[in-house]
Amino acid sequence: MSLAREFTKGLWRDNAVFRLLLGLCPALAVTTSAVNGLGMGFATTFVLVCSNFVVASLRKVIPARVRIPSFIVIIASFVTVVQLCMEAYFYDLHKALGIFIPLIVVNCLILGRAEAYASRNPLLPSVVDGVGMGLGFTLALFVLGSVRELFGVGTLLGFTVFGAGYQPLILMILPPGAFIAMGLLLAGMNRIESLRK
Amino acid sequence: MTELLLIMVSAIFVNNFVLARFLGLCPFMGVSKKVETALGMGMAVTFVMTVATVVTWFIQYFLLNRFGLEYLQTIAFILVIASLVQLVEMVIQKVSPVLYQSLGIFLPLITTNCAVLGLAVLNIQKDYTFLEGVVFAIGAALGFTLALVLFAGLRERLDLCPVPASFRGTAIALVTAGLLSLAFMGFAGLVKG
Repeated sequence: MSLAREFTKGLWRDNAVFRLLLGLCPALAVTTSAVNGLGMGFATTFVLVCSNFVVASLRKVIPARVRIPSFIVIIASFVTVVQLCMEAYFYDLHKALGIFIPLIVVNCLILGRAEAYASRNPLLPSVVDGVGMGLGFTLALFVLGSVRELFGVGTLLGFTVFGAGYQPLILMILPPGAFIAMGLLLAGMNRIESLRK
Repeated sequence: MTELLLIMVSAIFVNNFVLARFLGLCPFMGVSKKVETALGMGMAVTFVMTVATVVTWFIQYFLLNRFGLEYLQTIAFILVIASLVQLVEMVIQKVSPVLYQSLGIFLPLITTNCAVLGLAVLNIQKDYTFLEGVVFAIGAALGFTLALVLFAGLRERLDLCPVPASFRGTAIALVTAGLLSLAFMGFAGLVKG
């Protein structure tokens, strides 16, 4: 029961992007299309689950004083793994995400979960927490990417939605559109939350 | 000389780190509620960015490239930045307690500022020479400070406005940032490329 809670909290209640506002840089930068959002989301999820796993298993070995540098080294190692794998197997995605793949290291979400959760909890809950938080992050990036792609290009995951007569709102795939779309989505979520109460 | 000037102007206005490249958004949203704190953060970041660029440049060309260790770039750079931030913190504390007092809380935050690591990686990707790299770093940092201070000014005004309930807080701040970013797009024609 409690494991299920650990899993679902990342999806809505403590959603990394929409609720905690962590990892905003990649969330806004790479979501020019739904596919890019998904790719970034899964890459981050992989790093998050692996780092939570290692941090949780080493939590009694790492001295408290050097824990942050240790976490950073652990995270950076997995980021390097992701970076090299993506370059080898998903070259287009690698090019689209560009500099934001090495920057997964400084995604506050990952260090935040290592410090706030994995370093204090046993192995299994930490991994579940990582999967839940990671999928919540992926979901957020997918939603933001879909909205921007839908209005900015008129397609969704590459399929035409609005037909040929649609005049694309190019602003949405430019940098200002990322801020504005994110602001509107946040306001929408606030509205839903206040209606639920 | 023109080349250097172009790099500088492009980094400050056209490809502003925060508003066009989305680097360093956490401090941008986090410490932009007041103009003074925004200035303090900007100064601290400017300092760390410049030093980090110098150090990572030497590491890339004299260590990683020479021994074929390019794949260690991410790990090496983040470790350098983290220890550099610590070092800078200690030095400032010893040399100028006044400056330390005003920057104190922001210094540790800079390690996880993706603008610093992003700058170091971009610098290598663009194959900049040492001098170009330093100019790029200063430009990027000034651009970051400029965006932060402008945004803080806007937010101070925003506090006095009647904002619809669902938009209060971060939502309206993001929309405002979008408009600021739109304004910065006006610089796009300034420098080609």
